[in-house]
Amino acid sequence: MDDAILEMRGITKRFPGVTALEDVSLTVQRGQIHAICGENGAGKSTLMKVLSGVYPAGGYDGEIVFDGRPVHFGGIRDSEAVGIVIIHQELALVPYLSIAENIFLGNERRGRGGLIDWNRTNADAATLLASVGLDENPVSPVIQLGVGKQQLVEIAKALSKEVRLLILDEPTAALNDVDSAHLLDLLRRLRGQGITCIMISHKLNEITAIADSTTVIRDGRTVETIDMRAGGVTQDRIIRGMVGRDLDSFYPDRVSTPGEEVLRIEDWTVWHPVQSRKVVDGASLNVRAGEVVGIAGLMGAGRTELAMSVFGRSYGRDISGRLYMRGRPVRARTVAEAIDNGIAYATEDRKRYGLNLIADVRANVSAAALGRLSRAGWVNGNEEIKVAEQSRQEMNIKTPSVMDPVGTLSGGNQQKVVLSKWLLTDPDVLILDEPTRASTSAPSTRSTRSSTAWSRRARRSSSSRPSCPSCWACATGSTRYRPGGSPASCRSTRPPRKTSWRS
Amino acid sequence: MTSTKPPPLASPASAPAAALHGGTSDPRTLILRNLRQSGIYIAFVVIVALFAFLTDGVLLSPGNITNIVLQYSYILVLAIGMVIVIIAGHIDLSVGSVVALTGAVSAVLVIQQGFPWWIGVAAALAVGVAVGAWHGFWVAYVGMPAFIVTLAGMLLFRGLTLQVLDNISLSPFPSEYQKVASGFLNGLLGGQGYDAFTLFIAAFAVIGYAISVFRTRLARIRYQQSVESFPLFVTRVLLVGAVVMYFAWQLANARGLPIVLIILAVLVIAYGLMTRSTVFGRQIYAIGGNLSAATLSGVKVRKVNFWIFVNMGLLAGVAGVIYSSRSNGAQPAAGNMFELDAIAAAFIGGAAVAGGVGTVVGAMVGGLIMAVMSNGMQLMGIDQSTQSVVKGLVLLLAVAFDIYNKRRAGATR
Repeated sequence: MDDAILEMRGITKRFPGVTALEDVSLTVQRGQIHAICGENGAGKSTLMKVLSGVYPAGGYDGEIVFDGRPVHFGGIRDSEAVGIVIIHQELALVPYLSIAENIFLGNERRGRGGLIDWNRTNADAATLLASVGLDENPVSPVIQLGVGKQQLVEIAKALSKEVRLLILDEPTAALNDVDSAHLLDLLRRLRGQGITCIMISHKLNEITAIADSTTVIRDGRTVETIDMRAGGVTQDRIIRGMVGRDLDSFYPDRVSTPGEEVLRIEDWTVWHPVQSRKVVDGASLNVRAGEVVGIAGLMGAGRTELAMSVFGRSYGRDISGRLYMRGRPVRARTVAEAIDNGIAYATEDRKRYGLNLIADVRANVSAAALGRLSRAGWVNGNEEIKVAEQSRQEMNIKTPSVMDPVGTLSGGNQQKVVLSKWLLTDPDVLILDEPTRASTSAPSTRSTRSSTAWSRRARRSSSSRPSCPSCWACATGSTRYRPGGSPASCRSTRPPRKTSWRS
Repeated sequence: MTSTKPPPLASPASAPAAALHGGTSDPRTLILRNLRQSGIYIAFVVIVALFAFLTDGVLLSPGNITNIVLQYSYILVLAIGMVIVIIAGHIDLSVGSVVALTGAVSAVLVIQQGFPWWIGVAAALAVGVAVGAWHGFWVAYVGMPAFIVTLAGMLLFRGLTLQVLDNISLSPFPSEYQKVASGFLNGLLGGQGYDAFTLFIAAFAVIGYAISVFRTRLARIRYQQSVESFPLFVTRVLLVGAVVMYFAWQLANARGLPIVLIILAVLVIAYGLMTRSTVFGRQIYAIGGNLSAATLSGVKVRKVNFWIFVNMGLLAGVAGVIYSSRSNGAQPAAGNMFELDAIAAAFIGGAAVAGGVGTVVGAMVGGLIMAVMSNGMQLMGIDQSTQSVVKGLVLLLAVAFDIYNKRRAGATR
């Protein structure tokens, strides 16, 4: 069977100073689920934006053939007109509108005189909801649904547009295991109905479970396309393509000797900010110098809530418990106090909580450490640019200049900016909340390199603090967690310890 | 002012030498790159040239330049505070009422009670600070939208103005008080048909400016950052110097150096530096750009917001003093619609409605664009209604141009 619905040939897309895609080719067979894998910033999302017309024709080189005809999309509307629908990682639903209104937004069911035919809208929506297996009233507002169900509404919306090629950008990134399984089932059913899917995912177990073929992209180039139908393709096989080296070096050996205790939390209890329930109940935890501690738990288990409440009480109310740094009780009732005490927290949602997207890289990198870069309230602007430039080089942040807005960077590079920002505060404990959520489950050679460089710099510095902070990560599973910014000397001899608590 | 080329490799020792040679000189690169920032300045020059032509040069005559300064100084003072409020993502609709209230308090003390002029000034500033603290409390600590708080303040303080003045106008102020807005420093160095003192001060400022930018250039080279080429640098300094000296020459040929211009210059320099180079200033941009990210970066958001409004109140007090001094009295309806002029100045000057973007200097140029247009149209004898239409359209087009520019900048990535 060789019946390609989509062929992209020799796609090259350049941004000022950066080549995002270089001669990328992609062939998708009709009726298949086609996965696209690659490290952070490899160019996956850019490729999909080229395909869906977000980057209009003319802004890139190469050609796109859809269903046997060359196509030139000037925008999303053009690609949707031929049946290509993209569902972005950040869901695009209007929270206070009903499910039915969201499904037919921009595509309204009209009756006489151009007025909206509500009966038909709601009836059609109910049919679509049934076809995606969502048992909800079409008139209830979207805000009442969880992320998993919202994802299904997005798919119902795509189906309403007579979709022929459905592109899902990390559809399961924010879903728990049950919702993910449900979504994958739905994708299989859609395949049965003849809908072709392109799925970008970092979850290799899902790819091996569902994809018919997988294209691996690395550094803006196509590496290979693996046929998965025969079976026998392992996750290791895909990873080898993604990182371009063997698996043995994939999870680097971690040799380290944890030092004295740096952080201890005792009997930590946090109440939900509005509801009358405990989100964290009597959690205790300790982290030693140079140690990586993984924190596991399902969505809603209270990982982020624990981390943020420790970080200057930035979540919850009526927080009780004891917090010790190096054996001494500390007060960290505001974020500023937490930072002063050597705690840093890199958020899981960088766009909402991590970055000022309209400001430049420099201002974002220095945002939490302005005190160190200033004297008597005056910022040393040149010193600031210097350290930002150092971060750019050591973390390998791909940007033409540190004076460019962070919003113009790719997601992976934005993540590096967040990390740079917190490393600049010279923390004793670095809390990484889902550091790989929007990145591959594989740590890149690049981030390892940069972190080694960073730890060297830390050793050079005259700080009285140890040469590297302890890393405390919140992740859904300890095996998933790989510290993107874990310095070489931070490696543990054992698998990360798991700490869990009731939620 | 930066170039796209990689930074010149200069060791610290050779920095002064590099300051003479480093940098790019391709004017096209520089102009294209800076078009977004410089668009507003180009627009200003075009508008000045246009009205100078339409008024047969009267616009740039010595007397008229002095007039523009005297007539619009209080709007510019308000625009300084307003652009800071807008950068932080707020708005202040009450400043017109606060100008009236502070002027009224000052008038009651000085004219009715017979206190010395400086008591009036101090009281006006104190009332401004108190009003700012009132707004800051509701916005920062109660968490109400500034739009609502200052809308309430607009009514509240207008009402208080009427009560303080007992519904009547007060005038005149003693001559010392009037000098704030209509006084001149001149004759200190004698005159030969023009005021030498004005020229001396202007020359002093230009030299100070040249030294300051040259030092900045040296520091940038020491840190291996890109700088413009030396000839271009010299051209820029000479151009700024020439404009300032021309302006000073015109003033010297009129009535000398207005006191209010000195106040304004000090404020612009101080607030320009504050917003650009202090931790506090940078935190204002951080809050406006992404409130949550700023909070999680350790910015004390409430405190910063509170002081932003206190500062706005203080500057409204300054504007209140200037306005009451200029109008030589206090009227119940003083300062009506001033807030809209100040807001328009900030937005024409490139501030973003959503916050996080804007500069003090931009707001000043925005305010001057409005000032030159009003003044030019008055000189041409265009009636008030047409003036209003033109100003409205300019505000609309200026922001539309800004959005168009941003979209184009965004499309490159």
